[in-house]
Amino acid sequence: MAKLKVVHYINQFFAQIGGEEKADFPAELRVGEAVGPGLAFNANFKDEAEIIATIVCGDSYFNENLEKAKADVLAMVKEQNPDVFIAGPAFNAGRYGVACGTIAAAVQEELGIPSLTGMYVENPGADMFKDKVYMVSTKNSAVGMRDAVSKMAPLAIKLGKKEEIGASAEEGYMPNGIRKNFFEDERGAKRAVKMLLNKLAGKPYTTEYPMPDFDRVAPVPAIKDLSKATVALVTSGGIVPKGNPDHIESSSASHYGEYDITGVMDLTADTYETAHGGYDPVYANEDADRVLPVDVLRELEKEGKIGKLHNKFYTTVGNGTAVASAKAFAEEIAKKLIADGVDAVILTST
Amino acid sequence: MVKEIERAGLPVVHICTVTPISLTVGANRIVPAIAIPYPLGNPSLDAAEEKELRHHIVEKALTALTTEVDGQKVFED
Repeated sequence: MAKLKVVHYINQFFAQIGGEEKADFPAELRVGEAVGPGLAFNANFKDEAEIIATIVCGDSYFNENLEKAKADVLAMVKEQNPDVFIAGPAFNAGRYGVACGTIAAAVQEELGIPSLTGMYVENPGADMFKDKVYMVSTKNSAVGMRDAVSKMAPLAIKLGKKEEIGASAEEGYMPNGIRKNFFEDERGAKRAVKMLLNKLAGKPYTTEYPMPDFDRVAPVPAIKDLSKATVALVTSGGIVPKGNPDHIESSSASHYGEYDITGVMDLTADTYETAHGGYDPVYANEDADRVLPVDVLRELEKEGKIGKLHNKFYTTVGNGTAVASAKAFAEEIAKKLIADGVDAVILTST
Repeated sequence: MVKEIERAGLPVVHICTVTPISLTVGANRIVPAIAIPYPLGNPSLDAAEEKELRHHIVEKALTALTTEVDGQKVFED
């Protein structure tokens, strides 16, 4: 049988074009080439499938030019007409994950070509696309490449051959909300009692119906009179005083910073910078107001549009930071802000 | 982070470039930004124009904070 034809989508980093400084790299088609993780896929495919082309696109380019990038990549995939399309894996890279999910879902929906991607469960792309396209659950960094490819490659072959896909727990993809009927060996009452006994005994058990996680927060009522309100700035864009005195990590931040801006009218290249990895820091280092708009808020304070700008700002790095950490940081930050009489918050993200 | 601040009872507006992420995570008041490395700026403009642009986005954020919403809302131009 002829080998299945695979087109593979990766970002600029995995194509070894460059890091963040190349994230604006437009989509490029490389026919006949397997690049980076594509080599691992080819090895795993054995003789059943082969990457016939690789599409490389910068993460910022994709997300900032969503419609155009999507259309360009779709046209490239269409031209190659593969049996299956693979995007990523993206691990915990947020923009890459969103790009992989977007393009894999689009290829499947618009071209009718079976697609899959892979990423870490906390990648924002996961919640956005896991019910639209098969998405293999990976570790949170490229250390998990071997593991990810060993799950994605067989699934890709099955998809390409249009074979029946097993349950998410067997195939390693994230549950996508599709249910199939099948016969269990033991009846429900017996399984439920077993589960309960295990639970009471503190032993491991697996639920058959996880409760959906609708973590939504109701909006807080609007500010009535801004001219009397104290507004605070918070950012996940990593803006810190020059030299990053508290050593906030450039990724997977373990803490946040609290900095006094009493009397600071403008953030300059000499006084502030970003600690954030994962995006090109040149623009934020040149003028940190581009991320944390202190200059404009000072003007609005002077004009009386807002009561005042809170004299402290809070900052951390969003890049690859665990959701649990971000949640813990923000809980603490919110307590401090409330204790200081802050009325409203502007939170900026990169 | 936006959600935890809101959960604590403070009205909060999220200024960000990739608004679908903000919607997925669950921010309620969202204002779109310019680009990932410079959400509130644009280095290709001159200083005055860039400041004006930033002003505009911050004003939109303030409008969002003074607007009642009953769910998620992206404050476009």
